[in-house]
Amino acid sequence: LAVPPQTVWEKLNDPAVLKACIPGCEQLDKTSDTEFAAVATVKIGPVKAKFKGRVTLSDLDPPHGYKISGQGDGGVAGFAKGGATVKLTPKDGGTLLAYNVDAQIGGKLAQLGQRLVNGAAKKVADDFFENFAKTVNPAAV
Amino acid sequence: MSATGIGAAVRRKEDHRFITGSGHYTDDINRPGQVYAYFLRSPHAHATIKSIDIKPAANMPGVLAVLTGADLAGDKIGNLICGWMIHSKDGSPMKMAPHPALASGKVCHVGDPFAVVIAETLAQARDAAEKIAVDYEVLPAVADPVAAQKPEAPQIHEIARNNTIYQWHLGDAKSVEAAFRSAKHVTKLDIVNNRLVPNPIEPRAAIGDYDSGTGSFTLWNTTQNPHVARLVIAAFVGMAPEHKLRVIAPDVGGGFGSKIFIYPEEVVALWASKRVGRPVKWVADRSEAFLADAHGRDHVTHAEMAFDGDGKILGLRAKTVANLGAYMSTFSSSVPTYLYATLLSGQYEIPHIYCEVDAVYTNTAPVDAYRGAGRPEATFVVERLVEVGAREMGQDPAELRRNNFVKKFPHQTPVIMTYDVGDYNASLKKAMELADCKGFGKRKRESARSGKLRGIGFSSYIEACGIAPSQAVGSLGAGVGLWESAEVRVNPTGSVEILTGSHTHGQGHETTFAQLVSERLGIPIDNVSIVHGDTDKVQFGMGTYGSRSGAVGMSAIVKALDKIEAKAKKVAAFVLEAAEGDIEFKDGKFSVAGTDKSAAWGDITLNAYIAHKFSGQELEPGLKEGAFYDPTNFTFPAGCHICEVEVDVETGKTEIVAWTAVDDFGIVINPMIVEGQVHGGIAQGVGQALCEGAVYDKDAQLITGSFMDYAMPRADHLPSITVDTTVTKCPSNPLGIKGCGEAGAIAAPAAVINAITDAIGSEEIAMPATAQAVWAALQKLNRMPQAA
Repeated sequence: LAVPPQTVWEKLNDPAVLKACIPGCEQLDKTSDTEFAAVATVKIGPVKAKFKGRVTLSDLDPPHGYKISGQGDGGVAGFAKGGATVKLTPKDGGTLLAYNVDAQIGGKLAQLGQRLVNGAAKKVADDFFENFAKTVNPAAV
Repeated sequence: MSATGIGAAVRRKEDHRFITGSGHYTDDINRPGQVYAYFLRSPHAHATIKSIDIKPAANMPGVLAVLTGADLAGDKIGNLICGWMIHSKDGSPMKMAPHPALASGKVCHVGDPFAVVIAETLAQARDAAEKIAVDYEVLPAVADPVAAQKPEAPQIHEIARNNTIYQWHLGDAKSVEAAFRSAKHVTKLDIVNNRLVPNPIEPRAAIGDYDSGTGSFTLWNTTQNPHVARLVIAAFVGMAPEHKLRVIAPDVGGGFGSKIFIYPEEVVALWASKRVGRPVKWVADRSEAFLADAHGRDHVTHAEMAFDGDGKILGLRAKTVANLGAYMSTFSSSVPTYLYATLLSGQYEIPHIYCEVDAVYTNTAPVDAYRGAGRPEATFVVERLVEVGAREMGQDPAELRRNNFVKKFPHQTPVIMTYDVGDYNASLKKAMELADCKGFGKRKRESARSGKLRGIGFSSYIEACGIAPSQAVGSLGAGVGLWESAEVRVNPTGSVEILTGSHTHGQGHETTFAQLVSERLGIPIDNVSIVHGDTDKVQFGMGTYGSRSGAVGMSAIVKALDKIEAKAKKVAAFVLEAAEGDIEFKDGKFSVAGTDKSAAWGDITLNAYIAHKFSGQELEPGLKEGAFYDPTNFTFPAGCHICEVEVDVETGKTEIVAWTAVDDFGIVINPMIVEGQVHGGIAQGVGQALCEGAVYDKDAQLITGSFMDYAMPRADHLPSITVDTTVTKCPSNPLGIKGCGEAGAIAAPAAVINAITDAIGSEEIAMPATAQAVWAALQKLNRMPQAA
């Protein structure tokens, strides 16, 4: 990213930015400094469901990184949990953003889509950070 | 043999309606005013339900009721039960945890139902279920039965410490130990008998219909034993007294054991029908079937066999951990005990046997009987031990079997069973001839030329069927007797209705039972109808499982037909004006011995009803008789299956290139139906051996929950099967029948794995032996230094 870690850090904590970047996110309301209530539509394999849940920021280490995790209840579709550990390192006047993703699903999602979950989680994360890069990179605006 | 009598390959009477779509399955039945149930099932393997908010769902369009476990408890609906008591070694009874039809407070496996929405349409019920808000506290879960017994494992039910339901044993540990001490060779194996999902083509279904006018219930249900369902739902669940509950099992599209059991959904359909005052229908979709049908097998076993210097078997010992899932299903406790360890003698004279079985709870779907039920697991243990033992000692596997066969009958095994009759060498010999075992070496070399490894595997199986003498099973803990009933109703015009307590769901009873009547009464099979599956028509019965309908169900019909013949002869004596003792009945004709006077079957049946030839003081009018038949022993079908495979070295893919099955089923009623049963059984056994396997992940989520991930056997997994029989007549029932329904599924897995291990030269293959598993075993072998 072409901006310094402090700027990236601020964007990573901005609900409007997060909402714009989380794929399928329809609602993101801040409930505390580190928690948000969220509604998102997620599709894994043959199952598409609207998830209601929480997005939590933890392991806060400004401006070096945090862990962003979400868990959602998709009703009869089951549940999904997942998160990404984000690390920010200064590089060439900008920031190197590295992330590591994990995901877990249950109920109908797992029954029908377990084989697809790692791929799907990676895609959701890639989409998120791609959206995020577009938002923070002045060149992209 | 007549064209339609015993032994004739009559085409199945029922097939026309099945293959033209005119069968009547539970989902084909629709009641006036019928509404639909949709179950809310746990997405978590183990969780506390902190709260359920049903209000938003209850206000959705079309919703009549949203009911939870609390409502069920409030209406004092009783728990489901396991009907076979097993005691642990220390004498303590099995630890049966409460199993309410809707979970309350806690869910114990993915798919555990805890609420139900009743709505005008299924779509409305589904939509409303989406609105139910549930707050779970997720608990740690365990799916592996061995891990479940460890102290650090999550505790699933309060009653069962270390999730252990019972620690049972059978046999004499001391004498077995002595036998092993004197052994020249001991073969040891660790075996996982993989968990299977039954997958009958018709998913389970139920319609509950409460009649407020009479206060009685009717249940249409995909069940293999409607009377047992009625008994349990009346006596234990307490829905209604037995005489106020009618259970109808219409056409049922396959069961394989999974439809024996009494499940939550039918209980809820009945209860909800009374709550909402409308008939309530539920039909499982395939996803629900994967999660909520009782699964099969799932054993982890360590087994050892001791041999003397000549390859004579001295003893066998086994320790098995059996996964029973999250709740004890209806007959689950009996499967890894009395249906398993009692068959560990196989076809062999084994002087000493000891078996220990721990049954455990896990956060998985309940496990219960599935085609073969315990006997495939026992056969796999015995036939793998014998095969591997022969290879380790450098003996010919067929020769080693032959040397150890039981040859004198009756034979008392050290594990309860008394084998009544058999000729195990005859089936081995015939199978080896038909399979051209002599030419195997040549075929192996030919395979090698095209880069394939060829292997041959035997399975000399035995099973205990025709279950079972009521006193015997009662002494072993069964909560019911296992006799069967029959009623023969002869109409004035001579056609016959047979009411049977057996239930057909693919076995072809409408044909075979009619063949028996045709043979006995000399009438065409089209003049015979078989009535079953309705507790208002058939007084009582024990249903169909354990290959019992021929040996037990038809024996009851024989007994009732004996009474019919005796009564008809009395009528004939009046009609023919002769002494009753002089009346002979043959080929549908009554005649007076030594004369040319005779009367046809139809004349006598008509006279039985018009009653013009005798007075009421002399003889009761009518021609209807009933009988209950309780067998004197189990039956012991046995045989030899030989499987030949080719393994592709590059891909690990196994192709079954030949299969020979020679079975001794005693007297065969319809060879075509028997052959079909053998084919189907083998297909299921091959499925277990090559491709099927239910997998739960570390969080006890079922990840083989659809046909995308759970591989069923297909036509191209199977070769053209050679089926033949040898016959020793079963002495414990009047027809000499042993039963054939499960044989293929019992014999097949060991035959396949013995063939694959023979081909690749490694014993380290677990079921299912997928291409990946076989390839991995081959890679492991290639990495090892070559043996000298």
